[in-house]
Amino acid sequence: MNANDDVSALISAKPLFDGADWDAETIKRAYDAIEDIALGELGLDIYPNQIEIITSEQMLDAYASIGLPIMYRHWSFGKRFVRDEILYRKGFQGLAYEIVINSNPCISYIMEENSMTMQTLVLAHAAFGHNHFFKNNYLFRQWTDADGILDYLAFARDYIARCEEQHGHEAVERVLDAAHALMDHGVNRYARQPKNSLAQEKRRAEERRLYEQQTYNDLWRTLPVSEIPVDIPAEARAAREADNRRKLGLPEENLLLFIEKQSPKLEGWQREIVRIVRKLAQYFYPQKQTRMMNEGCATFVHYEIMHRLHDRGLLTEGAMLEFLQSHTNVVAQPEFDSPRYSGINPYALGFAMMQDIKRICIEPTEEDRRFFPGVAGNGDPYGTLRDGWANYRDESFILQFLSPNLIRKFRLFKVTDEAEEPTLSVDAIHDEGGYQEIRRALSRQFDLSRREPDIQIADVDLAGDRCLILKHTVYDGVMLEEKTCSAVLRHVATLWAYNVRLLEVDAVSDSVLRTYEASPDGDA
Amino acid sequence: MNIVDRRLNPKGKSLGNRQRFLTRARAEVKGAVQEATRRRKVGDLDGAEKISIPAKGIAEPNFRYSRGTGKREMVVPGNREFITGDKIPRPPNGEGGGGRGEAAPDGEGDDAFEFVLSKEEFLDLFFDDLELPDLVGKQLKDASTMKLSRAGFTVSGSPSNLNVGRTMRHSMARRISLNRPRRADVEALERDLAESEAAGDTEAAARAKLALDQALRRLKLIPYVDPVDVRYNRFEKIPKPNTQAVMFCLMDVSGSMSERMKDLAKRFFMLLHVFLGRRYRQVDVVFVRHTSVAKEVDEETFFYSTETGGTVVSTALEEMIKIVRERYPLEAWNIYAAQASDGDNIDSDSARCIALLKDHILPITQYFAYVEVGAGSAGLYGSARPESVLWTSYREVASSHHNFAIMRVDDPAQIFPVFHELFAKDRQRA
Repeated sequence: MNANDDVSALISAKPLFDGADWDAETIKRAYDAIEDIALGELGLDIYPNQIEIITSEQMLDAYASIGLPIMYRHWSFGKRFVRDEILYRKGFQGLAYEIVINSNPCISYIMEENSMTMQTLVLAHAAFGHNHFFKNNYLFRQWTDADGILDYLAFARDYIARCEEQHGHEAVERVLDAAHALMDHGVNRYARQPKNSLAQEKRRAEERRLYEQQTYNDLWRTLPVSEIPVDIPAEARAAREADNRRKLGLPEENLLLFIEKQSPKLEGWQREIVRIVRKLAQYFYPQKQTRMMNEGCATFVHYEIMHRLHDRGLLTEGAMLEFLQSHTNVVAQPEFDSPRYSGINPYALGFAMMQDIKRICIEPTEEDRRFFPGVAGNGDPYGTLRDGWANYRDESFILQFLSPNLIRKFRLFKVTDEAEEPTLSVDAIHDEGGYQEIRRALSRQFDLSRREPDIQIADVDLAGDRCLILKHTVYDGVMLEEKTCSAVLRHVATLWAYNVRLLEVDAVSDSVLRTYEASPDGDA
Repeated sequence: MNIVDRRLNPKGKSLGNRQRFLTRARAEVKGAVQEATRRRKVGDLDGAEKISIPAKGIAEPNFRYSRGTGKREMVVPGNREFITGDKIPRPPNGEGGGGRGEAAPDGEGDDAFEFVLSKEEFLDLFFDDLELPDLVGKQLKDASTMKLSRAGFTVSGSPSNLNVGRTMRHSMARRISLNRPRRADVEALERDLAESEAAGDTEAAARAKLALDQALRRLKLIPYVDPVDVRYNRFEKIPKPNTQAVMFCLMDVSGSMSERMKDLAKRFFMLLHVFLGRRYRQVDVVFVRHTSVAKEVDEETFFYSTETGGTVVSTALEEMIKIVRERYPLEAWNIYAAQASDGDNIDSDSARCIALLKDHILPITQYFAYVEVGAGSAGLYGSARPESVLWTSYREVASSHHNFAIMRVDDPAQIFPVFHELFAKDRQRA
């Protein structure tokens, strides 16, 4: 204890840095000081860190390829690049100070333009906050493979580049376009796929290709197509169809998986591409479900660390002010009628929730004791937070931890919008009667399965024209947007190679509200 | 912790993606480029261009909820005056609650997509369907310098051209096919022999000895690298195309040319200059202005100083011939000329102009473009303008010479179309 005090007294004599300039040595020094606090005092548990310094142009590159360091080529990334570029050059949009990759070691990209204060902030935010979240949150542990992701991305990039060489840009682009359109509906929500290492992936792809090459026989092409008997009785036919559905694993909510496994006409390389896109979608699935918590965790961690550094005299007053200015911008929550309002800011809500939990643990009010009998006043804020970060996602975290205090602070209110009504109605506000309702509604608002339409593959007409039938279950009368829905359906038809039909079915009455159809535009 | 400095990594990782995007949106981008050139001044043709294209062709659709259907709930921050049970009028844009909802998370709903084309990309698209007439034929014919270019492999050559990789590959193939024992094999046999001798097994020792002898003989007979393995890089001399061009700008600066006409001519010259600059490494520009006498001047004087006097076009042509003879040897330079005039000439001079063009200029120039600038009022264009003296005589030349073209420009907006027409790819085939 004494030795510790001596050390901190010694360090406090000299700030970590002075002024905006930085070099590798200063970063190393700051990292060590942060690590000391993060692991020793906050009890974080992290992957080893790798800090990579990049230019703003490289940051734009990384932006374009959805934040991943290695990515296959596709025009949509180019589109994102040219758009971000103009926004950045014209000053409409700053760049993120950092990008962090959920991998082991955890890679954080930091920009050379950042001042040393910002580099310190970014280290605390990404290399410790996000890193801890990635390593400990159950969704990431369950769904993503931090050890293998970079290898897999390299495999994907090379594989798609080879496909482009072999089959041409356009053919590859068509598959990628179609697969991208279904990305949101290409994730497994419940089961966990066994992991494949890079070597296994490569070998599997190669084996499949070789097998097809070896067993290729032109005779198969000439076989006459068997006629489907039409005179079997109706029950037998129904039973057979039910059996077929069972064999195909229908209904299936992972559209990309079903297409990859069952699409009748896709070639091997096309299936592999669909698989790659599906794997990427799966990799991002936890991030989409925990955005608010993830950012809240990282923001809370950097806030704590920066303050502790300052308390020890390791940060100058100037650096502290610069940090606070940036931090305040990040966690600002515009009100609903402000022109800057664009939904609830995940940084703001996340950070506020973490701070609030800390408060509840240390100095709870009577109200807190009523709402959170488990944690109120337990005196262990970091332990409670670590437990929260590990075992919840946005939706459940809000349901568990959103306090009346915060609802009042944000002045949250719940509005119901019925299409038939001329006005919106306010259902609940920040008062005694509204807390529970607002918490429930906000939690649902962060629930991915409610934000994204529920679309499943319902049936395939195997005996007839092989038409693929998708079903959108309509809750509360909220329908799909017509234009994009038709466009996506055309993409599905490209992959399926036969007609595709989508039915919008009301969840309660089971009646079909609308039907879309699409046929393959070419020879897929 | 590990710090890696990636700043020196190759830049432009997104270049491939960017190109794919431009290819994808090619039709839309080209339309936008044409649109942009109409607004653009020739003076800044050399810059980057912000263009905006319809988002239709480059949309990335996904399944999403449509606004304005069914019943939806939302929680929003910043309540000041509402209490439970209040009714709020629906915001005019149909979005609930205020502000933007969750839809269109990245502005995909926007109708136009805006981005910046680099100068190269812009000019590429702008000059996309234009071609320099006769470029290839003349280049090869006049090529006086040769350059070396890799052309496969050969079995003979100088040691400095030895291709080690190839040679060793052949050597290895030969060694494998002829079963040359490897060093490890020989060592194994030696070990066998030593072991069996040590064990006193004479029969085995004799066998091992025999095997070793055979191996050693093979080793001697089959060389490690044989002359048949050796390959050299082969180089071929190919003619090097001329990469420099000279562009003559000839202009009538007599009193009848108004400032406006000069401005039109200037725009045309600049366009031609940019165009040539893209095809040749070096482009010289020579300005020749004339009234009744012709003179080579610098750019400033060419465009901005005024002059009075009559008009004798042939003097300018003679001046051009003289400059070519003095400074621009034909085997080293590609010669282009653009002449701008309002069409005035003294009657007696036309015949001489035609003779000069036919006999001296057109045989040595790649392309000669004559642009007649008009007075420019909208009413005049389109209505039958009386043909000028020069036009009448040049038309005759144009009909018999494919590297001579004449065009009329009355209005700045016509510059680009006229330029396009002059250099359109299929023009030559006609």
